[in-house]
Amino acid sequence: MKKILAVDDSASMRQMVSFTLQRAGYKVTEAKDGVEALGIAKNETFDLVLSDVNMPNMDGISLIRELRTLPEYKFVPLLMLTTESGLDKKTEGKQAGATGWIVKPFNPDQLIATLGKVLR
Amino acid sequence: MTVDLSQFYQVFFDESLEGLDAMEAELLRYSAGTQDDESINTIFRAAHSIKGGSGTFGFDSIAGFTHVLETLLDQIREGQRELTNQHIDLLLQSIDCLRDMINRLSAGDDSVPDSAAQLKAAFEAILNDENELGPEPEALQAKQILEETSSLEQLADTQTLGWKVTFVPSEDILMTGNEPLFLIQELTELGDHEVELITEHIPQWQQLKPEYCYLRWVVKLYCDCTEQQINEVFEWVADECEIKIEKLQTKSEQSIPAKHPPLTSTQPQTAMQSVTQTTDSNEQIEQTKPVVNKPAKSKQADANSIRVGIDKVDSLINMVGELVITQAMLSQLFESEMTSQTLSRMKEGLAQLEHNTRDLQESVMRIRMLPISFVFSRFPRLVRDTGQKLGKKIELVLQGESTELDKTVMEKISDPLVHLVRNAIDHGLELPEQRLAAGKPETGKVTLNSYHQGGNVVIEIIDDGKGLDPVKIKNKAIANGLISASDELSEEQVNLLIFEAGFSTAEAVSDLSGRGVGMDVVKSNIQALNGTVDVESEVGKGTTFRIRLPLTLAILDGQLVRIGQHIYIIPLVNIIESLQIDPKGVSRIGGEYDVLHLRGEYVPIVCLADVFLHKADAQSLTEGLLVVVEVDGGKVGIFVDDLLAQQQVVIKSLEANYNKVEGISGATILGDGTVSLIIDIISLVRMAGVKSMATANLVSTDVNAEGV
Amino acid sequence: MSEDINVDELNQRLGLLEGVENADVEQYLSFFLDNEEYAVDILRVQEIRCWEGATVIPNSPVSVKGVMNLRGTIVPVMDLRLRLGLPEQAYKPLTVVIVLKFETSDGREKISGVVVDAVADVHSISPDDIQQAPELSSNVNATFVKGLGCTESGALILLDPDTLLAI
Repeated sequence: MKKILAVDDSASMRQMVSFTLQRAGYKVTEAKDGVEALGIAKNETFDLVLSDVNMPNMDGISLIRELRTLPEYKFVPLLMLTTESGLDKKTEGKQAGATGWIVKPFNPDQLIATLGKVLR
Repeated sequence: MTVDLSQFYQVFFDESLEGLDAMEAELLRYSAGTQDDESINTIFRAAHSIKGGSGTFGFDSIAGFTHVLETLLDQIREGQRELTNQHIDLLLQSIDCLRDMINRLSAGDDSVPDSAAQLKAAFEAILNDENELGPEPEALQAKQILEETSSLEQLADTQTLGWKVTFVPSEDILMTGNEPLFLIQELTELGDHEVELITEHIPQWQQLKPEYCYLRWVVKLYCDCTEQQINEVFEWVADECEIKIEKLQTKSEQSIPAKHPPLTSTQPQTAMQSVTQTTDSNEQIEQTKPVVNKPAKSKQADANSIRVGIDKVDSLINMVGELVITQAMLSQLFESEMTSQTLSRMKEGLAQLEHNTRDLQESVMRIRMLPISFVFSRFPRLVRDTGQKLGKKIELVLQGESTELDKTVMEKISDPLVHLVRNAIDHGLELPEQRLAAGKPETGKVTLNSYHQGGNVVIEIIDDGKGLDPVKIKNKAIANGLISASDELSEEQVNLLIFEAGFSTAEAVSDLSGRGVGMDVVKSNIQALNGTVDVESEVGKGTTFRIRLPLTLAILDGQLVRIGQHIYIIPLVNIIESLQIDPKGVSRIGGEYDVLHLRGEYVPIVCLADVFLHKADAQSLTEGLLVVVEVDGGKVGIFVDDLLAQQQVVIKSLEANYNKVEGISGATILGDGTVSLIIDIISLVRMAGVKSMATANLVSTDVNAEGV
Repeated sequence: MSEDINVDELNQRLGLLEGVENADVEQYLSFFLDNEEYAVDILRVQEIRCWEGATVIPNSPVSVKGVMNLRGTIVPVMDLRLRLGLPEQAYKPLTVVIVLKFETSDGREKISGVVVDAVADVHSISPDDIQQAPELSSNVNATFVKGLGCTESGALILLDPDTLLAI
């Protein structure tokens, strides 16, 4: 079973993402910010990391930058959840090593469809 | 896959309300000038999360409203704009508006408050006026994209020849987490296709870097998908990779491929999945529509959730673990042969069980405990608004915000606290010029403080205003007939008069505190929580109100008392002392009831057996015991046959299956499994027809005048 | 009909009933009061208990015997003889408490125990065999009566828990 780390400071989004992914047959671990996510990711490897951008303590872009430097995460897809107002964040994210992005708002079907680009 | 999004609504509502609280708190710090670097980020993040969530869950009215807020906040955060007082006011109003919207939605009502449109327009005006980018640039962009898409769709409708896609990935594409194979797979899922792998760019093995990608692909799609759809496949890699999309024009290129299109042997996965899959492009477009679900009207409206820290849950699990171990030990002992040794071990086990149970009980209680900051957090806003309205300068100090209190108690103490704080600002604090004239700093100070003391939570409301005026209070009390001019009262006794019904020291009833709710209501609200309130004041220096509350409403320390065969519980918090009656000190008032002269005070005697129509053992006042309790600041003696144990009891509702019973606040289950009723002292005294003793002690006129 | 019907056995039968709902036939639990057989819809019966006493509620109506502890829940107990205006009788070993579910006029679901002389039987009665109660000769308050049910063994007075237990 593929393992996904879902990072979001909003509990409702985190639950929605996590529930959707579990329904689609993924094993999901949740984290509420970049710091927590990084701690988890260092102890356990994931097949994909899905992170919100705006978060307290450590934002999603810093998280992606940190993860990409870890040997275990060299090739792992790292996706960010952005809003349409964060278009410039996409570039910033790509430079930090993000694989791609999912634009909020999205619905569960869109989420699963998008994962197909990087996780099969 | 269908996911019922409504299951996440409540979490979204809860966290949005929390986010709004955080926004409000930080905005108030701005208006007080105490913000820090994180303040604007916190405000932005809250707005951003609410927008994101509302968009996802289909609450478009909230999403649209927060969008303008977020745009403004983003500009402020990026330093393109200053946060002005006008912005703060508008943002605070928007917070109120959003709270309203969320509360309506959680009650299943998707209407929008009238203020929403006005506020939104005000924000748009700000954004328009000072922003050369024009109104909502992203919205415009999005619209353009939409138009482009539809024109492309029309194009696609008219010609169905297909596309030739040449994909040259950047060599380090794998290091971004993208996988060219998956992209090609996704592309081939669009419809009938032909894939050609170009391997000629693979270098000699000496130069070959294993982590690089040297392959290229040419994919021919024989389907009516749009260029937009193809671009979407490569969206994430478009910047680094070369992607050429050409229309298939000639008839020869349009030829329908064989059932098994020629694929290179290096891609077995693709070969397996690519067997003539046609994807309906309409379905794709439909999927991008936001899912709009109306919130379920049932249950959610009154869903009363509580968020519990994981540490509390963990400790609970630990306790249960220990309980299980103890239980296992006991049952093992029970099965072994009975010797004096097993007996003593069983005793130990029972002691352990008792210990476990108590720990577990405490842990469960802790779950209902929340920091008092949940209540305190609404005061910065209230103080700011009230101060502005009255033209007073106020500094609010919050102390002991992490003091924990039962959730139910917290909900019920909120209104009395608001009243006391309003009162402190309205009647306590002076106007700036008055303060300066009195040699005080211009800015008045209101302090909210909370701490634990014994089994109680103490909340103090302290102001450094003009203090209570004993002369004025006394005159007013005389005018209202609460006391007579000849009464000798200590200053504390005078101050306590403000808690009497209908008492108000304000010369003119002000808009703020004079809402028909007096201090007497504050006091009875606090008493209903088994709490007490007192006041300390010094003229010219200020006033302190001190509220004492039990930690929880679910458990109380009770005194078991007996009348005949009936056992009742009197809350220990009400009891001052218990004594045997000296018949010499008893006199009868108005032929109605007995009063005990106790150390200079007259304590009316309420015979529990008479009020509850029970048959008592005691035939005279000397045969039983008197439990002296405090009611409304005065004392009343409750006459019972006997005092039994004192113990903690868990309060159970009598109303759940029966009705409210006068004189009874609830029920509990005693150790032997029988039910015992808990006495509601205030209601009992009212039933007995004894007048509030605070005044009975003060007034020498006929006490029965107001007897019920 | 056997007078020595076992409480445990009845509770077991009640347990089996959960979820079994037959549209054609309604089942009624019957019991004795002053030598007359009464019955209530069995779906309203939560359980049957032996009389174990109750804690008196001060200043309550005479028919309310008090409250009892039903596995941690406080449940009132009503003496059905007194409620129906029948002569009072001292409790005997066969005296049982039937715990009934009912709905208050404001739509809240509550439970209450009723004390009866003895439990009698379970009857299946089709709605066609239920007649409107005629003006009863006995002094039973007509508002409590839902109708008269006809069985092979005779007529049963069917009581309506919602009005019966509304206090």
